[in-house]
Amino acid sequence: MAYKIVEANCTGCGACEFECPNQAISEKGGLFIIDAAKCTECEGAFDSAQCAAVCPVDDTCIPV
Amino acid sequence: MASRVVSLASIVRPKDLAKRRAEPAACGGGMDPATWDKVKDHPCYSEEAHHFYARMHVAVAPACNIQCNYCNRKYDCSNESRPGVVSEKLDPEQALRKVMAVAAKVPQLSVLGVAGPGDALANPHKTFRTFDLVARALPHIKLCLSTNGLALPDHVAAIRDHGVDHVTVTINAVDPEVAERIYPWIFHDHRRWTGREAARILLDRQMEGVAALVASGVLVKVNSVMIPGVNDDHLIEVNAAVKSAGAFLHNVMPLISDPAHGTRFGLDGQPGPSPAELSALQERLEGGAKLMRHCRQCRADAVGMLGEDRNEEFTLDRLDGEAAYHPEAREAYVAFVEREMEDRRMAERTARQALPAGAETMLVAVATKGGGRINQHFGHAREFQIFEVDGAGCRPLGERRAENYCQGGFGEDERLEAVLAALDGVSAVLVARIGDCPRRRLAEAGIAVLDDFAYEYIEPSVMACFARMIAQRQGYDTLMASA
Repeated sequence: MAYKIVEANCTGCGACEFECPNQAISEKGGLFIIDAAKCTECEGAFDSAQCAAVCPVDDTCIPV
Repeated sequence: MASRVVSLASIVRPKDLAKRRAEPAACGGGMDPATWDKVKDHPCYSEEAHHFYARMHVAVAPACNIQCNYCNRKYDCSNESRPGVVSEKLDPEQALRKVMAVAAKVPQLSVLGVAGPGDALANPHKTFRTFDLVARALPHIKLCLSTNGLALPDHVAAIRDHGVDHVTVTINAVDPEVAERIYPWIFHDHRRWTGREAARILLDRQMEGVAALVASGVLVKVNSVMIPGVNDDHLIEVNAAVKSAGAFLHNVMPLISDPAHGTRFGLDGQPGPSPAELSALQERLEGGAKLMRHCRQCRADAVGMLGEDRNEEFTLDRLDGEAAYHPEAREAYVAFVEREMEDRRMAERTARQALPAGAETMLVAVATKGGGRINQHFGHAREFQIFEVDGAGCRPLGERRAENYCQGGFGEDERLEAVLAALDGVSAVLVARIGDCPRRRLAEAGIAVLDDFAYEYIEPSVMACFARMIAQRQGYDTLMASA
């Protein structure tokens, strides 16, 4: 149960990093990656995965 | 890039600077002193200041909290100039280094803005950290930011506490029915909202934020993107609403919608307004909230005077070590500008008094490198400043570009054709110099070229040119009538 970021779509804006309740997202080489071990898909915290809700590019933050 | 750098030498006219200061000039056309103090060296808030002062944006705010149909965050081209576009992101410490480097080289620098490429207030920690660092190192630099307004009500206190005097809020609609065609979604309160509901939340937050800023004494400029068929007529309501909310300035900008940019509007074939459509709307807005007519729709990492971009001189890889900032150069420049502004106002008053009465209106184009003077060779001009002049005075109508930098590769003949097209409707062009051949071609097209106002102030020259042309025509008519 985790999300991942489709590298080719990531603009590197970092909006997801700011919203993630688990600090599971970090920058790597100008783009962002999700640490699957920390990702909870925001269950219990929010109604929807925050990274996917804030991401400016469709189909970029998606379930693994 | 560096060819458009404005040097002090180009601003000072070759002749001795006449110091005709018999009477003290009124500041900023009847503005109260506190407001004048805020805008006198802000190129975006004062038409007068934009001749003399430079601004820079630092791209510390890449994240955004809404989606606009005129924006595509995937696209960046270093040759392209438009809001929301940058070539490198900076963290606050890198931004400080860049600001120091620019301040050391550009004494005109007076304003630091955070304008994205996302939203300044969707990245509040980076934005305010940048302001803290710069305010400590360079206390004379004015701070400003741009926002879509969604997060604005949460940050009004921080804006005031950081000494940010100027905030630009982009408001494209005051009616959710209109706004939902511009904003497909917003991210607010930990969820994504769409449709009418998203629009309503955004518009409420925008107006709430503007009112709170105004109440805190922050100057507010409202930017609106004119989208024909979507919000063009509606911007009259927007103008009235932001005026009554206390906005200082309203800037109506044309939609940029090239399909190559991949924006929703671009892909859907939504056209931007023609220059004539934009002017017509701006005419209808006269008398409402004061309009900004000199906006250049700059990038979120632009550096320099409005209309020029020296960012490429100051990319991270070019910044070596700590740049030394020397306040003396800046102080000397400010003193020069104060004398220059006073001198200009005197010259404007004199020229206005000499205007002929009557209902005649004329468009006059000017070739300038900046500094408020006619100081560019016709052949070097890539754009012309257009002024409308009549018996009451002259007003800037913005610039017209004479070629598209993205197409390039024009020969001289093709370029002249592009210039002629850009000068459509213009009666006279004021230049520093011009060659015989283009002068003939312009004369054939019915456009008078005058180079005897070379290095003079723009607005007084435009008025004097108008007065001269009217007098010549009257002289001609009299001659013909008596013949």
